[in-house]
Amino acid sequence: MAIKSRPVYAGFNVDITAQQHVLALEGQGADALLEKLAGGHPMLERAEILYVATGSDHDAALRALGAANYWLAPTAEALRDRLSEILAHATMCTRLYVAGTEGFIGSIVQLAADFGIANASIIKEFRGSQQRRVQCVHCKGFNDNVTISPFQCVHCDLHLFVRDHFSVRLNAFQGVCINAETPDIIPPSVEMYR
Amino acid sequence: MIHPEIIVRVTDIAVVAESIKQFTFERVDGGSMPVFAPGAHIVVSMDDQGKLRRNPYSLMSSPSDSTSYQISVLRVVESRGGSAFMHEHVDVGDTMTISHPIDLFPLHATAKRHVLIAGGIGITPFLPMMEVLNESGQVFELHYSMRSRRRGAFLSELERRYGSRVSAEVDDEGGRLDTRKLLIDQPLGTHIYVCAPLPMIDLVFGVARELGWAEENLHREVFLAPPAGTPFYTNLAKSGTTVYVAEHQSLLESIEAAGIDVPYLCRGGACGQCETTVIDFDGQLMHHDIFLTDDENVSGTKIMPCVSRFVGASLTVEL
Ligand code: FES
Repeated sequence: MAIKSRPVYAGFNVDITAQQHVLALEGQGADALLEKLAGGHPMLERAEILYVATGSDHDAALRALGAANYWLAPTAEALRDRLSEILAHATMCTRLYVAGTEGFIGSIVQLAADFGIANASIIKEFRGSQQRRVQCVHCKGFNDNVTISPFQCVHCDLHLFVRDHFSVRLNAFQGVCINAETPDIIPPSVEMYR
Repeated sequence: MIHPEIIVRVTDIAVVAESIKQFTFERVDGGSMPVFAPGAHIVVSMDDQGKLRRNPYSLMSSPSDSTSYQISVLRVVESRGGSAFMHEHVDVGDTMTISHPIDLFPLHATAKRHVLIAGGIGITPFLPMMEVLNESGQVFELHYSMRSRRRGAFLSELERRYGSRVSAEVDDEGGRLDTRKLLIDQPLGTHIYVCAPLPMIDLVFGVARELGWAEENLHREVFLAPPAGTPFYTNLAKSGTTVYVAEHQSLLESIEAAGIDVPYLCRGGACGQCETTVIDFDGQLMHHDIFLTDDENVSGTKIMPCVSRFVGASLTVEL
């Protein structure tokens, strides 16, 4: 079922006019670039690729692309720090690309907004797990990589039902207590988002 | 009435540069003027010997001044009448009708830096913009191109007020805006705003796109003057009437003169608001707008009556 509030991503299309290309790739998001640039591409001479593996293994393939700059980030956090440094010195002739899970894309969109980059001008491709980032509406804590519903909030231990509404501002879905009236009954979890 | 109007008195007229006059309007009823956002324009109605003219002009007064509005009008040599009327027939003390402010050229709150590019009389919307940007401590720069210093309205005052944030490119001194140089190094989060004749806007946007600028950061304001042309008749299907469009009148003005309201915002072929369905025609639609796509133009099903005309035997639109 399509979720109206969930963002749709147009996919990787190289903006050939850009003077500098900055690419943030997470996990299987690397495939978005590798498939597109299979035969090499002039943009690579002006490309800066940041990649965090999160369980996938594209390091060698990405390295082989021969981009002007390539960095394998140890964590998504480290990738975002490096990206901030790059954007702090970037010009308007720069194009930002991001590929990976929804949570990762959302985090890059938020970071870019601090540098005045409009959401619409970022080239995005969704790849990887449908897992959700969920905010507990009770304790406001965020739960990453949620694949089942209901699930137990890692912060307050409540059993949360995952609502099908995505908040762009929070970059998260909402989790609401499923058994507030009947705390003894814990409904079984179902794997919903692989 | 879809366009509420304000009756104003002309309280001051000043020559601010060669061929440019500045007009100050105050409400006849003594009330305060509606608040406007920098970049907004008003539409001034003129009764030119029984012919209705309505021209858009950017507001250039201070947004914090609620007692009056100011506009500046360049006398266009090839004018079909609007600017000539303002220059020759409007006197201090006259009563005129203006629209409420229309906001098609707003500042963007998320911008880190604002680059304002004015060509000639296109300086006007930038006066209130700079005032607001300056007061709120935002980063901006103005590039002001003009034919000669004599035609550069407000230049010395702007230089005095904003110092090195203002640079002038004067044609007859050999000055020329180096668009590429200007745009290639702008930091992320910069927005450009261009108010100038169409060729200059096309040039700036063209260079920006070549350099990979995001569309979201490009803003423009242009009011195309409705061109004169051979008079023609237009049948208005819904209203069941026919209007005559004189040589120096726009189709929109002639429809309005018949007492029929048409939605509009820019009256200069840019915003798309006046888009009207063409039901039938025998002849040629003369598209002068920059809103419809080439495909739409070829399809012959739409016309922008604020600037476009018709040549031929008969034209019927949906109004
Ligand atoms: S009123 Fe804006 S295009 Fe006609």
